[in-house]
Amino acid sequence: MTALAPLPTRKSEAWRYADIAALTRVWDDLAAPEEIAVPAGESRAMIIDTLPPSGIVRFDVTVGDSATFALHALVANADYGRVEIRATLGRGAHFELGGAILGNGDQTLEIVTETIHAAPNGTSNQVVRQVLAGKATGTYMGKVAVARDAQKTDAAQSVKAMLLAPGATANAKPELEIYADDVKCAHGATVGELDKAALFYMASRGLPPEVAQRLMLQAFIADAFVGMGDDAAREAIEAKALGILEGLA
Amino acid sequence: MLKITNLHATVADKPILKGLDLAINAGEIHAIMGPNGAGKSTLANVLGGRPGYEVTDGSAIFDGQDLLDLDPHARAAAGLFLGFQYPVEIPGVSNVQFLRESLNAQRGSRGEAPLSGGDFLRLAKEKAALLKMDMDMLKRPVNVGFSGGEKKRNEMVQMGILDPKLAILDETDSGLDIDALRTVGAGINAIMRSPDKAVLLITHYQRLLDYVKPDFVHVLADGRIVKTGGPELAHQLEEEGYEAVAA
Ligand SMILES: Nc1ncnc2c1ncn2[C@@H]1O[C@H](COP(=O)(O)OP(=O)(O)OP(=O)(O)O)[C@@H](O)[C@H]1O
Ligand SMILES: [Mg+2]
Repeated sequence: MTALAPLPTRKSEAWRYADIAALTRVWDDLAAPEEIAVPAGESRAMIIDTLPPSGIVRFDVTVGDSATFALHALVANADYGRVEIRATLGRGAHFELGGAILGNGDQTLEIVTETIHAAPNGTSNQVVRQVLAGKATGTYMGKVAVARDAQKTDAAQSVKAMLLAPGATANAKPELEIYADDVKCAHGATVGELDKAALFYMASRGLPPEVAQRLMLQAFIADAFVGMGDDAAREAIEAKALGILEGLA
Repeated sequence: MLKITNLHATVADKPILKGLDLAINAGEIHAIMGPNGAGKSTLANVLGGRPGYEVTDGSAIFDGQDLLDLDPHARAAAGLFLGFQYPVEIPGVSNVQFLRESLNAQRGSRGEAPLSGGDFLRLAKEKAALLKMDMDMLKRPVNVGFSGGEKKRNEMVQMGILDPKLAILDETDSGLDIDALRTVGAGINAIMRSPDKAVLLITHYQRLLDYVKPDFVHVLADGRIVKTGGPELAHQLEEEGYEAVAA
């Protein structure tokens, strides 16, 4: 798929919740997915804390045998924001995704992944947390494909969304396509609201509602970044997320 | 310090408090006992301002202010503390962060300067030691994975740190082992026994009252205070039961 490919429509599963009007404006300028190859045995980590002006980031990553690729992304501050990644894993390779979608107003924000376990003993772990205010729509679509000889694959997906307003929408769509028989694939998806009992408990200790909410949301999205190896980088992206959270609600 | 007059309150449109009167002066310790479902926790929740508890009549004046008019966090800043019958777990938020932000929010609304990280930790250590709670537990997320007794002890550590004027302690003694009960009793005395503070203990058992001697004991039944006496009333209740004593 290159920038000159035809504009996708919502009939295509991977673009099902996309903002096609917004996409039309940027499609011609959009680069083809950035190709990354992680050589066998090596590790690469990518952090996206700000979306480009087009709002769209696309990766096509090949993770070599026993190599690791980690992507941590903050999907926010865009009318239409999308982080899309295809990761093809070699033998014993690992793919880590941590994503936070923080939406407000009429924003449409999404994380779309395709994880291809092409060889045995690969592992993948995807954690996505969404906080949606206003009329924002947040979407996670995560397809995990396990090839016939990719035995002992261990793939995990955890997706949770928190809706701060009745007009906000969360879509979570983990999808498994498994052709091997000895694999472990765990996925969970929940959509909820802030725990009212906890909010009252915090208020009873003197915390104003906005501070109580901020503490709870901060803890909620921290799950997306716990897997980061670099403490300084984690603190930086958490601080950035906190700034955005304070503008929600 | 607290004057409750003719308080009526409903939960989910169901009347629970039905004309409750209670006056608590500074320096006093009051105990409320009463059958299950009488409305004891409802009283605590109404005084704390919990959403869903609607006051339909009556008043509660706390230190000259209309308590029922304040938001829950403003009630805390005014000096009210609720010890929960069922303390709530808050995943991912450490006790230390939670309490420091809470204390500083209270201080801020009273026009006091925030406590620095170092000063706060010193205070937290002192109160944890008073309640014989391990500092490591204070670094863990609020109440997550705590045993029933540990949660109650944590409530008292929080009370020590926040240093309220009036503490309403809802069955803080339930779930405590014998030694923990003694520790918590001593903690309540150390933190709250003072001429300018007061305590309202909600309890089912005389045991706690052996450690924290009440000045007054009330029986709450069917949404009202139906009997008031001295410490001897608790003994009488323990021996004879509510039906005989409060009928
Ligand atoms: N959300 C609710 N909806 C309906 N009824 C409620 C609700 N909360 C409390 N109640 C009812 O209000 C009554 C008083 O409850 P409350 O918890 O105040 O009793 P209590 O005196 O604290 O009892 P216990 O000694 O068992 O703790 C009970 O009958 C209870 O079922
Ligand atoms: Mg109760």
